[in-house]
Formats: sequence, structure tokens, C-alpha cells
Amino acid sequence: MNFTVSDEALAELGEAIKAAGGPAVQGTEVAHGELNVLVDAERIVAVLAALRDDPALRFQQLIDLCGVDYPERAKRFDVVYHLLSLTKNRRVRVKVQTDEASAVPTITSVYPCADWFEREAFDMYGIFFDGHPDLRRLLTDYGFQGYPLRKDFPMTGYVEVRYDDQQKRVVYEPVKITEFRAFDFLSPWEGAQYALPGDEKAEAK
Amino acid sequence: MADDLHPVPELSESALTEHDRKFSINFGPQHPAAHGVLRLVLELDGEVVERVDPHIGLLHRGTEKLMEARTYLQNIPYLDRLDYVAPMNQEHAFCLSIEKLAKIEAPYRAQLIRVLYCEIGRILNHLLNVTTQAMDVGALTPPLWGFEEREKLMVFYERACGARLHSNYFRPGGVHQDLPPELIEDIDAWATHFPKVVDDIESLITGNRIFKQRNVDIGVVTRDEALAWGFSGVMVRGSGIAWDLRRNQPYECYDELEFDIPLGKNGDCYDRYLCRVEEMRQSTRIIHQCVERLRKTPGPVLTEDAKVAPPRRGEMKRSMEALIHHFKLYTEGLHTPPGEVYAPVEAPKGEFGVYVVSDGSNKPYRCKIRAPGFPHLAAMDWMNRGHMLADVSAVLGSLDIVFGEIDR
Repeated sequence: MNFTVSDEALAELGEAIKAAGGPAVQGTEVAHGELNVLVDAERIVAVLAALRDDPALRFQQLIDLCGVDYPERAKRFDVVYHLLSLTKNRRVRVKVQTDEASAVPTITSVYPCADWFEREAFDMYGIFFDGHPDLRRLLTDYGFQGYPLRKDFPMTGYVEVRYDDQQKRVVYEPVKITEFRAFDFLSPWEGAQYALPGDEKAEAK
Repeated sequence: MADDLHPVPELSESALTEHDRKFSINFGPQHPAAHGVLRLVLELDGEVVERVDPHIGLLHRGTEKLMEARTYLQNIPYLDRLDYVAPMNQEHAFCLSIEKLAKIEAPYRAQLIRVLYCEIGRILNHLLNVTTQAMDVGALTPPLWGFEEREKLMVFYERACGARLHSNYFRPGGVHQDLPPELIEDIDAWATHFPKVVDDIESLITGNRIFKQRNVDIGVVTRDEALAWGFSGVMVRGSGIAWDLRRNQPYECYDELEFDIPLGKNGDCYDRYLCRVEEMRQSTRIIHQCVERLRKTPGPVLTEDAKVAPPRRGEMKRSMEALIHHFKLYTEGLHTPPGEVYAPVEAPKGEFGVYVVSDGSNKPYRCKIRAPGFPHLAAMDWMNRGHMLADVSAVLGSLDIVFGEIDR
């Protein structure tokens, strides 16, 4: 039997978080047996500090921090914080929204392990973290350009590397693969939004 | 006369000052104690470490980006290639996240097989870590003994799924195939004899004077530090925090199984080593219990829901509907309802979690992999400050680092 927390208990926890975080907490939602909390990006540090220190909440650990990209939104990025309370045995997901230009305050003062997680989110999405002590790229190559996990970054990237035997060194070149195979699995019976091959004549009539 | 041939250069005044004892060195990326491809830039004052700057990403393969372009079923093999020391534990987290999202339940026999193989994975991992930690501080025999047992366990992997390392065995809703009865008996026989091997390995390492000198009181992590730095698994238990997801937030059938959770007292490298050794013993206990239950529990190992799991081969040959389901599952794959879930498991290295954002299609919109080694390695800097250069490899060994999962 998998460990579950009832939706009522999570809703209660959401109310407690609202009370602890004050007006910076914009909303809470219980979905798929988990609690999501949407927080104002400007005030994330104070909210997370309250979540950590409030005796009723005690979220001691930052388990994960990551970005998610929704290019069609005005504020295209979500920064998602997963918190864990070991003493209360609860998890919560805190989200803030931001865009390419505006920075999110760093939470390294509350959870020091956010250091590398924020560096990774910066590396992968180009999300800036205001006040971060050392915001360098983390996972990509030295001198890498672009933000690979953004939805508009192509799967193949822009640069490929190989060892050049004449020059006796590794050279960087533009990518030669032109297309990445993307398969279309939409069934014509389930509402494909385009004309199927062979159907063009029927449309013309 | 020799002095005339090699005149000793006269040292200037400044060269003799304290300042010039400081220098920085590169540790890795090709260093046997770097456990893969880690580059550490160490700033030293004489032999004392002042700052550690780990440069990671040399094994970065863009797993998370690749996963966004593949169906859920096609993504399972990527999880094997994260922590390639214990591959099935990673698959487990991914399958649990899909099951949570799509509200699928795995049959009881499948749960037992998963738990059985996750514990085999735990032993695989700890055997590698414990023995290579000994190698990092100079011992050569323990890895040879440990790898002999790992080899036997990999044969169990191979007999279950056909692959020694990258198993691709777990599925949303169960496991791919049932285990043959002989394999279950062989695993039982192995688990009966294995504690003896642990005793042998312990006789080499645990009381060893050099091993103790290199590990006791090295890399001490207090309880508060372990929490603040996002540690999990043995890294928190070594510091005396009773936290194990198998017990505190049980998944599958862990809540029915009996096992103890070893805790350290001092939070140093030696305590973490002792925890890992004891966890291997506890894992064999769990294996025995799983085997016992598997003998008594026949039944399906994959959910019968045709929208999630493919039909059996024989059924497919006779039933048109089964054939359609098979075709749809292997071309289009299963769809998950929109939403987001985070599913953690207690992997051998700590909390391994998968955060899946679904937009209702057959592919994950975003899949973030939370590797336990990532925050552990991030702590290298403060853990090593003030230690000697030789302690860096001891601390690194006890962190249990595998680059597949850190770089992703």
C-alpha cells in the first residue's frame, strides 16, 4: 500500500501555509494527492523561511528545485520547489512564476543546498536568481551558449564536437543533422487537426 | 662536488612567506578516486584544503530533454542509465510517478518482484560503494571480493530481464515478465549465503587500522547540516536521523516487511560505511521475505488494464481487440491525465525522485529527475574545508557518487 495523505489533511495543511505565509501565498491546490502552493516570486524567501520555521509546518528540507517552461504564457517559467518535513512527514510543492528578464530572489539563505539547484535552473532555462553567490553554469560545456531545456531549444542543439586529427584538438562545428524525427501519433478518428494525406482533394470540392 | 652540479637556487624572501604555500590543483576528471568524471578544483594551503570547486557535467547527456520527446514507455531505459549501479531503483521511481498520475495499481506479485529487485539493487550499490571506499584509502582486496558477489547479482538481473545492467524491466503497472521459479529459489539460496560474504568483507575493512585512521572523524556531518544541505539516505542516517522512505513514507509492500534501519552516531565517513554494511544485511532479510511471499502468491505481474499494459502474446494472436491495444500501446503509448506528480523512492544513495509534469499527451511535458547524489556532491566544499588533501578521496568515497545520476 503506497503512503498517501488524505486530501482533507492536505487542504488543512494548505490553510496553515496560507496563514504562515500571509498575503504572499496566492493560492493552494490539492491535486493527485499532492499539495501545490503558488507564491508571489518577490516574497519567496520570506515564505520559505516561514514554512521552515513555523512550528506547525517545519519543512526542514529542500528536496528539489527546478524550472519548467511554458512558452505560451506571459511569465513563461515556473520555478518549482519541493519541500519535505521529516518531523511532520509531509511534502509540499511551492511554485513561483517568472520570465526571462526578471530574477527570482535566491533562497540560498534559507536552504543552502539551493545553491547548485539554482545554478542548474539557470544553466538549463536561463532563469536568474537575484543575490545568488555564484551563478555560473553547472552542467553544460565550458563556453556553452543557449538554454537547452527551453522548449524553443532544438533537441539536437546548435553545436557538435569532434576530435580533428589534423589540428590535434577537439573542434566545435555547427550541427549537421537537420531534422530530429518527431512522430505523429494522433489518430484521425480522435481529431487530428490537419488534412490527412490523400484527403486534400475532398477538401477542395 | 654534487652541490656544484646542481646548485640550489637561493629562495627569495617572499617565497618563504606563508602566502606562497597556497596553490590550486586539479583533481580529475580522470582520476581513479574521482568515481567517474568529476573534476575538482582544489585550493590548498600546504596540504590543507581551503576550497573545493566541483566541476560536473562531463557526463551530461540531456536525459531530461530527451525524455520530453519520447513516450513514457520509451523513457524507461533512460532511467537505467542514471545511476547505473542500481538501475531498477530508478525505473521504480519513474513507474511510481506514472502510476500515481494515471491511478494504476500494480498487482501484488509485481510489487513483490519490484521490492525484491530494488533490494538486490541496494546490495549491488552498497557492495560497490563499500569496497571502492576501501580502495580509495588504499585497500585492494575488498573490491575483488565485492565484485564477485555483484557478478552473481547481475546474473539474477540477466535471468529476469535479459540484461545485466540496463534492465528496462519495470513497467507502469507492474514488471515486464514473471520470474521463473528456479530463479526465485536461486535468489533465496544466494541470500542465505550472502551474510557470510558480508562478514568476510567486514573482517577485511571494519576493524582495519588504516581504514579507521582514514575514515573515523573525517567528513563529519551534524544533524542540522544534513537537513540544511538536502541530504537523504545513508547521509542522514549516518548522522543519526531516523529517516527512511521505505519506513516513513512506504510504497509498494514495504509496510508489511520486517527490516531494521541502521543509524550512525557520529556522522563521519566510518559511520556511513557501517550503515551501508548493515543495510546490506537488512536487504537480505527483505529478500528472504519477498521470496517467501512470491512462492505463495501466484498471479499476474502486470496490470490487466489493457489501456496501460500490452496484452499477452497468445491473447494477441486470437483477439482483434487485444491486437489493437497492442498496436496502440507500442506506437502511441499510454496517455496520462494532465497534472503533475512527484514520486520518490529510497534508492541506495538516498531519495531518488521523479517529478513529472503531464499535459495529457503520451509524452511527459517535463520530467525532472531528483538525484540523491546531486546535493551530496554540492556539499563537497564545506565538508572538505580544513581537511587534508588525502581526506578528499575518503569523503568523496563515503558520499557515494555516481555521475550518471548527477549529470543526467
